[in-house]
Amino acid sequence: MQQFVYLIPLFPLLSFIVIALFGKSLSKSITTFLAPSSILASFIVAVLIFINQLSNNHAVIVPVFSWIHVGDFRADFSFLVDSLSILFTLVITGVGFLIHVYSTGYMHDEKDYNRYFSYLNLFVFFMLLLVLGDNFLLMFVGWEGVGLCSYLLIGFWFKNINYADAAKKAFVMNRIGDLGFILGIILLFGVFGSINYHQVFAQIGTVVIDGKLITWITVLLFIGAMGKSAQIPLFTWLPDAMAGPTPVSALIHAATMVTAGIYMVARCSVLFSLSEFTMQFIAIIGIATALLAATIALFQNDIKKVLAYSTVSQLGLIFCALGCGAFSAGVFHVVTHAFFKALLFLGAGSVIHGMSGDQDIRNMGGLKKKMPVTFITFLIGTIAIAGIPPFAGFFSKDQMLAEIFEHSKVLFVLALLVSLMTAFYMFRLFFLTFVGEFRGNDIVKNHVHESPKSMTIPLMILSGLSVVAGFIGFPHALGHQLGIHHWLDHFLSSSVKVAEGKMELNTEMLLMAATVVLILIMIFLARFFFVSKKQIPKSDDAPMSLGKEIVYHKYYIDEIYEAIIVKPLNRVSVLMYQFIEKSGIDGLVNLIGTSIVNWSQLLRLTQTGSLGFYVIAMVISIVALILITVIKI
Amino acid sequence: MLVLLLLILPVLFVPILLLFSEKQSKNIALVAALTEMCVGFYAFYQYQINPTCACFNWNTIWIQNLNANFHLQLNGINSVLVLLTTLIVPFIIQSTFERDIKNIKAYLSLMLIMQTALVGVFLAQDALLFYIFWELALIPIYLICLVFGGENRQKITFKFFVYTLFGSLFMLLAIIYVWLHTENRSFDIHSFYKAGALLTAKEQLFVFIAFYLAFAIKIPIFPLHTWQPDTYVNAPTQGTMLLSGIMLKMGTYALIIWLIPVVPLGWQQASKYVIILSVISVVYGSLMALTQHNFKRMLAYSSIGHVGLIAAGIFTMNLQGVQGAMYQMLSHGINVVALFFVCDIITNRMKTDEMHKLGGIRNVSRVFSVLFLIILLGSVALPLTNGFVGEFLLLHGLFQYNTVVVVFAGLTVIFGALYMLRAYQHIMHGDTNALTESFGVITVNEKILLACFAGLIIFFGLFPNLILDGSENQIKQIIDHVHEVTAMVVKK
Repeated sequence: MQQFVYLIPLFPLLSFIVIALFGKSLSKSITTFLAPSSILASFIVAVLIFINQLSNNHAVIVPVFSWIHVGDFRADFSFLVDSLSILFTLVITGVGFLIHVYSTGYMHDEKDYNRYFSYLNLFVFFMLLLVLGDNFLLMFVGWEGVGLCSYLLIGFWFKNINYADAAKKAFVMNRIGDLGFILGIILLFGVFGSINYHQVFAQIGTVVIDGKLITWITVLLFIGAMGKSAQIPLFTWLPDAMAGPTPVSALIHAATMVTAGIYMVARCSVLFSLSEFTMQFIAIIGIATALLAATIALFQNDIKKVLAYSTVSQLGLIFCALGCGAFSAGVFHVVTHAFFKALLFLGAGSVIHGMSGDQDIRNMGGLKKKMPVTFITFLIGTIAIAGIPPFAGFFSKDQMLAEIFEHSKVLFVLALLVSLMTAFYMFRLFFLTFVGEFRGNDIVKNHVHESPKSMTIPLMILSGLSVVAGFIGFPHALGHQLGIHHWLDHFLSSSVKVAEGKMELNTEMLLMAATVVLILIMIFLARFFFVSKKQIPKSDDAPMSLGKEIVYHKYYIDEIYEAIIVKPLNRVSVLMYQFIEKSGIDGLVNLIGTSIVNWSQLLRLTQTGSLGFYVIAMVISIVALILITVIKI
Repeated sequence: MLVLLLLILPVLFVPILLLFSEKQSKNIALVAALTEMCVGFYAFYQYQINPTCACFNWNTIWIQNLNANFHLQLNGINSVLVLLTTLIVPFIIQSTFERDIKNIKAYLSLMLIMQTALVGVFLAQDALLFYIFWELALIPIYLICLVFGGENRQKITFKFFVYTLFGSLFMLLAIIYVWLHTENRSFDIHSFYKAGALLTAKEQLFVFIAFYLAFAIKIPIFPLHTWQPDTYVNAPTQGTMLLSGIMLKMGTYALIIWLIPVVPLGWQQASKYVIILSVISVVYGSLMALTQHNFKRMLAYSSIGHVGLIAAGIFTMNLQGVQGAMYQMLSHGINVVALFFVCDIITNRMKTDEMHKLGGIRNVSRVFSVLFLIILLGSVALPLTNGFVGEFLLLHGLFQYNTVVVVFAGLTVIFGALYMLRAYQHIMHGDTNALTESFGVITVNEKILLACFAGLIIFFGLFPNLILDGSENQIKQIIDHVHEVTAMVVKK
């Protein structure tokens, strides 16, 4: 079965080609059938391979064709099937399929329906290439490919120049990270003589390698992850990326693409864990990002922006866990996060659909009556992300927190703080949207309606997954008697370094209970403010305290980047153009040219045509020559 | 025989072309270029399966007194450049379709003569013959720019002509100098390699500098580049295509064949500086591209950045760097010609290529916007496009040479995306304005051309080995030769 893995990316690619080539003449109904079913086909193949993998958990390499050969450098198109890649494949095709179905409803009235689906198919293709490739360069192909699709989809409504700007920003910021990634690959080849995962990882432990070089490789690769997974300092593109259609935010900017960095670190867990420095670096960047984004999310009023910052924050938390060596726990949270964050975004899309396009939560309220399915499913998503048992987020977050706790108490406290803030801002969002009185205008109010089946069914499936997905990583403390604990860790152990939990059961239980109690308190706080006291966030013009203003404006980070990078770069290049290029180099070249002309003008004056002058000149010259020769001798 | 046919076929069509009417002449020229393309493909293919075939060698006595031979040979390296030339010229000729050009017969004839000269430069195995073709190529392009160019053409073309001629004189000096030191006064390339290697280090450095001046002006490399943007902007579209797509590769090709292996010690002494200059070209060209408001001028500066990277890769003299350069020569040739064609389509309709006056064209012409984007991504070096393979290998080669230099050269990854997407944004995105509303759809001919370009970009992004395999052996030989010579000196 494993050798059919190439079918998985092939289906979306074929669908993309058909829709892209015949986009104009293709009717909507064909696209509606073709685009989602291609992903479904991939999903089915993935499931079959997964079942196979369960009984025989070995890595299988499936070569397709040779790509770049120069000397001893080889980069080929070949796929790697192992527990990690098949797990990601399942999530990508599974969630991807649901979002395709959802999109058929959400984008129904869109003029460019076919263009949208061709991009979406292409995205899935590249994402699958990213996780299924068996070498670093093929990962990079997927890596940049998803960046391209992200660019295309953020700027889907390119008529709006702000959206197009957001798309450009995303692409360029990702490129900054990509430069690090590509240099990392080159250095890696220099050290290991190969870019194939198995050949590289096989050398670790058998060959002595300079630790400094490993640190450089891992830091460079991680710079790539900073861009793609929106970590400090390259995170500002992700909130802007919300300019794209909402299902895109769900699929690309929450569930799959932004987790590429985590996949990469998990894939190279053997390599990363060799460098103490890099691990600390990742943990610090991760927790800093998580805190920063969580504080910003507390005050945002745009439903998608809250979710976007929440995504940045959750990714930061995962990186913090990875930095503490909790690779499989990180992957676990990626999986559960994919379910509930996709659910939340799609729920938000449903809300925006009902609200006739308005995204401001200050204009919402009381939507639960008119949108019951969205309400229930959104609530499930909110509970899942807040981390209440037995919902999925609880298990994965708990495992991460436990492993962070073992590693560092300070990081644990900060990570806990992030979780508490998450619970607070998510329930703030939930209460303001669904509970209380409707605050928008009457036209919108009368139009509010539940979304069509094509949108609500994916919501229901995802909420089901958000409830049960946690059981794949049942904690030791609760499940050891049942013998079902940490299934995922066992499954992943063949491809990812799994941390050994040494924590005592009592400590683990205590941590779990304390976390849950604190989270419940946060939820009640949110309820107190936004339901009982009916607080509504003030309008943008209202005066704010200085601290709040800074956070509300996202710490002015965009403005700071503008002032210290973008503007100076532009100014320097303009000045260089004027003074070095035009007046300097070209001026010099022209000066040489004109001075030759001028000198020859001067010399021309000697060509008088008068014979007498020539004779005199000749005599003087001959005398001068003789004198010179004589003196010299 | 085959090489001789490759050389003279385009010129043979010139008298035929002149017999026909203006209207027909375009078709005849296209037939000529396509025939040449078929011969080029056939030669390339034959070379891959049977590189020792006698048909790839043509050697007759030319000027007996000077011991100069008319020696043409197809080999692993120049077969790629011949492929590029024969592949691109049909596109360039077809881009004149649907455009009103006065004196079209003369224009097309000059292009065909130019093609012969270019193929000659690449095939020549005799230094004097190489020099003759090198200068011969300048004449048609000079006339193309002078007669068919834009407003300021006289002044700018004059500058271009004098500038390149100035460089060529130094090359002539260098050729004569090495020739005088050959065993039996021969211009043959292998005698040159032998003779050059025996020169003292100081002599080699001077010869290196003299050659470098000629080639660096042609490429162009900072700070000898200022003729280039003006010339590209003022030349007619096809002239710009010939200059940027093929002619500048004369310079980069010559670095590999006629410079470094001739004076390996010169390379050894100068490589540090010439690589730095090349990398300055990369960063400087990109920064200049960032400030441009004129699309064509922006493309000109971006080209300085791209070819700077090619030159840097060649000077590293390691396999990845030189192979990357080989591949990037082909890719850059395709991409830059495609981009100038895009520019031509826009200018032809809008009568301007000032980017801030445009905008919203994506609303009007979907097919155009998709194909433009693919071409642009090739230039940005997205994986699975031809640009990526070359750029990756070049960075890889530079990395082996020096880890600091590669970080600066790598900035092209970021800057390239920045200025290209900015241009795309200004031209294509946003709402249409009074001017761009009238853009209309692109014609079938334009669509075919753009689609072929896009197809080539993806094809060469997927199957680089078709090209890389052919040139690898010979490049290895050259690199080995260079390192042998430099190593021998160390031993002494």
